[in-house]
Amino acid sequence: MTTPQPSSEHARWTLAAFRHGAADVLPFVPGLAAFSMAYGTLAARKGMTLFETLLMSATVFSGVVQMVVLDGWPEVLTAGAIVGILALTALINARYLMIGATLRPLLGGEPVHKVYPTLFFLVEPSWLMTLRYHSNGGRDPAYLLGGGVTMYAVWVTTAIPGYIAGAAVGNPQQFGIDLMVPAFFVAMMVPLWRGVRRSWGLIVGALAAVLTEYLIGGFWYLIVGAVAGCIAGVFNDD
Amino acid sequence: MIEKDAFGFFVVIALMTIVVYLTRITGYWLIGRFVIGPRLRRMLDALPGAIIAATVAPSLVQGGPRAILALAATLTVMIVIRKDFAAVVAGAAVAAAAFAYGL
Repeated sequence: MTTPQPSSEHARWTLAAFRHGAADVLPFVPGLAAFSMAYGTLAARKGMTLFETLLMSATVFSGVVQMVVLDGWPEVLTAGAIVGILALTALINARYLMIGATLRPLLGGEPVHKVYPTLFFLVEPSWLMTLRYHSNGGRDPAYLLGGGVTMYAVWVTTAIPGYIAGAAVGNPQQFGIDLMVPAFFVAMMVPLWRGVRRSWGLIVGALAAVLTEYLIGGFWYLIVGAVAGCIAGVFNDD
Repeated sequence: MIEKDAFGFFVVIALMTIVVYLTRITGYWLIGRFVIGPRLRRMLDALPGAIIAATVAPSLVQGGPRAILALAATLTVMIVIRKDFAAVVAGAAVAAAAFAYGL
């Protein structure tokens, strides 16, 4: 807000741009729905109620965080465990610091009471589409909000069938359901792979996590893997 | 586990909501006041991949040959056809088959 954008003749916060943003994220819906169903299945297996499952999606609204925290939920919820969960949450979502920073040109001159609620719905698909929209000359922030709200609605509702399926299955190993979450993460690694010289974070993160899990166990594999990978990322070629 | 401590669960959810929301707004808020150098940017860029790779570790360490076969199937399908849903289904199918064979 220190550098207000020059006022423009273009209309802002229009319903048309909201709809446009909503339509442009539709290709992401199947992947997101599958991810949310996997989350619902995991939540059912962890003994959460359906209300708790949907409440977490509707408030936290961050797939990887929800999955990872539920998967490693401690037996006893000590203060130390809560600090660990919150540190992990911040670490996993640290990428939003970069994502949010890139939105300054679009949102910089907009009123605070519209910008900050819009940022609650910020997710990667809506952000990616918004970058394209902005580089094509689009200037209405409702585009970002439309994409985000659409992703939010899909994320919250599609956990329900996953939850029901997860609660119905007796032994999850029989159908490979116990490995669906790790399989999702393996699948997500493929598009992130950019050759050895640009993927040090991924390589070091994986090795450090396996080693930590093998030697120590508990929640630590993720924190050690994430921090080690993050530091190794310094050596990535641009 | 979670049901036994519903109050603790809600407290953690509330705190997580705040932390996630802060990550969503802080980058936007900070950018006018603070410059992210190339070193820090590379670290932040590497973070999602590191986290995703690290998440798989417990399954590989504790899951035995069944998990390794299933995740290798997922990786193969994903590299070949680049459809994440198909890759996950393939992994689950291999895991189910390995279970049936007693792995």
